[in-house]
Amino acid sequence: MRLSSSKHLTLLVLAAIILIAPFGFPSNFYYRIGSLIFVNGLAVTGLVILIGFAGQISLGHAGFAGIGAYACALAPQYLGLHPALAMLLGTALSAAIAWLIGRPILRLQGYYLAVATLGFGILVSMVLANEAPITGGPDGHEVPELGLRKLLETIGLDLSNAQFWYAFTGLFLLAGTWLALNLHDSPSGRALRALHDSEIAARTVGVDVTRYKLSAFVLSAVYASLSGSLLALMNKFITPDAAGFLHSIELVTMTVLGGAGSVPGAVAGAALLTMLPQVLTVLQDYEHMILGLIMMLVMIFMPSGLVPSLSRLLRGRT
Amino acid sequence: MTELLQYVLSGLTVGAVYALVALGFTIIYNASNVVNFAQGEFVMLGGMITFFAWQAGLPLPLAAALAILAAAAVGVALNKLAVERARGAPVVSLIIITIGASIFLRGGAQLVFDKQLHRFPAFSGDEPLVIGGATILPQGLWVVAGAATVFALLYLFFTRTLTGKAILATANNRVAARLVGINTDYMMTLSFALSAAIGALAGVLMTPITLTSYDLGVAYALKGFAAAMLGGMGVPAGALVGGLMLGLIEAITAGYVSSVYKDAVAFIVILAVLFAMPQGLFGRKSTDRV
Repeated sequence: MRLSSSKHLTLLVLAAIILIAPFGFPSNFYYRIGSLIFVNGLAVTGLVILIGFAGQISLGHAGFAGIGAYACALAPQYLGLHPALAMLLGTALSAAIAWLIGRPILRLQGYYLAVATLGFGILVSMVLANEAPITGGPDGHEVPELGLRKLLETIGLDLSNAQFWYAFTGLFLLAGTWLALNLHDSPSGRALRALHDSEIAARTVGVDVTRYKLSAFVLSAVYASLSGSLLALMNKFITPDAAGFLHSIELVTMTVLGGAGSVPGAVAGAALLTMLPQVLTVLQDYEHMILGLIMMLVMIFMPSGLVPSLSRLLRGRT
Repeated sequence: MTELLQYVLSGLTVGAVYALVALGFTIIYNASNVVNFAQGEFVMLGGMITFFAWQAGLPLPLAAALAILAAAAVGVALNKLAVERARGAPVVSLIIITIGASIFLRGGAQLVFDKQLHRFPAFSGDEPLVIGGATILPQGLWVVAGAATVFALLYLFFTRTLTGKAILATANNRVAARLVGINTDYMMTLSFALSAAIGALAGVLMTPITLTSYDLGVAYALKGFAAAMLGGMGVPAGALVGGLMLGLIEAITAGYVSSVYKDAVAFIVILAVLFAMPQGLFGRKSTDRV
């Protein structure tokens, strides 16, 4: 009972933050930062399932974000699909690719898995950057309007563009968080966490290790793909950087900074790493040094991540 | 035939650098089980510090020595201030620490130096040598010879000296090493210094050919990591073969297929090798204690 109540509490707090935060927003810019946090948070939640629950690392998940993003850019142009359908197509494509490559890749462990996923991510970003006649190359590609805001306007819900994306991406994040929290406590989630601790022990008690690892990989790819699609539709423009190595690293860093095994940690990590560069631009030249320093300090003093370490601290106090 | 020889020569030159970076990964991994993603920054520091010391009037050999020492000091600091303090943290946390260190060093270099591309003169001029119709820069020979020397010296160090054997013992079993009186903390610090110095040397050797700038560390870290995994993490011979293979694959792909996809082919080969041999070419089969 305690677990499920803390699950509802997490969702409630997250929903409350998303609802209340705009009252403190002095300008539209803050809605945009909020939306970016939600978009990143969605991909990071997927990685919490893969890294935190199942214990499998990926340094190539931006590749799936790239597939989701370019599906929204290219499918409307070449297949005449509506952007919303393009997003679904991208999701299905990412899931299919994750399923196909996941079978051989997930036999690898630890750093070998890291380099294999890294290779996958780099392949995707290279194809996107080099097939310029189709994808627009390194200069990027424009993405059509989703059109949902106009639809809402006709039923009397008049939101500014920034407000609409804040709400829309916020809903996605809530749904993603809800799913991940439910998974955590379900039999499948327990199986995943069991294989995280010891694959051999999990196999011994009858967990189909291969199947569960693959499911976690596919699910996290779907999260990343949706996050990429949302980013593309929100910015109405996309470049191959979305699929790049640095974006993959950024996502993993968010996951681990927030607390790899913690679903609320995903949002915290995404928020920290999305806001930090905005705050640090004031310090201009020192931006990278401070960013690197914060990453090192958090990991040295809170090795299990911000949210788990802080909540342990709070529980110790009370 | 001449064409192929040309690609092989340029592949070996680049591959020797990858092998040195991969060797740096290997040494630190063996001592601490950490994959140090800041390894590429040592290559950057080697080139950048040499250039600025040389520009300030120091003779080139002295500038290079200074750069290698400075990089080794940074390596020691990285171990003492960050990695050692996070002992026992999960592996992903350690990865993030070294990535943080790499971002920190890159930001620092951009601040202390600048954002320009730099080059200092090659050690023995820029007149290409002709071998069987193909050409190689004298600096390319320096790179290959430098890498060969480092590998030979390290082989002697690890097999013939007590300190070298103590590092290997630490790598094999930290607790057992401590029980027989080896100062494992010191061995770890030494490994970081050694690996940083090797990275910096690679940077010094390569700068006259590829130029250097504050942000080239990421690319080298990526290639060195890939080469180390291709050969099998933790095996020095694997670093050598993995690095040379990666360089050759890149050069031959760039020559015969397409230069924009040379990295792609390299990673496809790595994926194929890992599917067939999940521990890399030379990796030991690991068994888990239950």
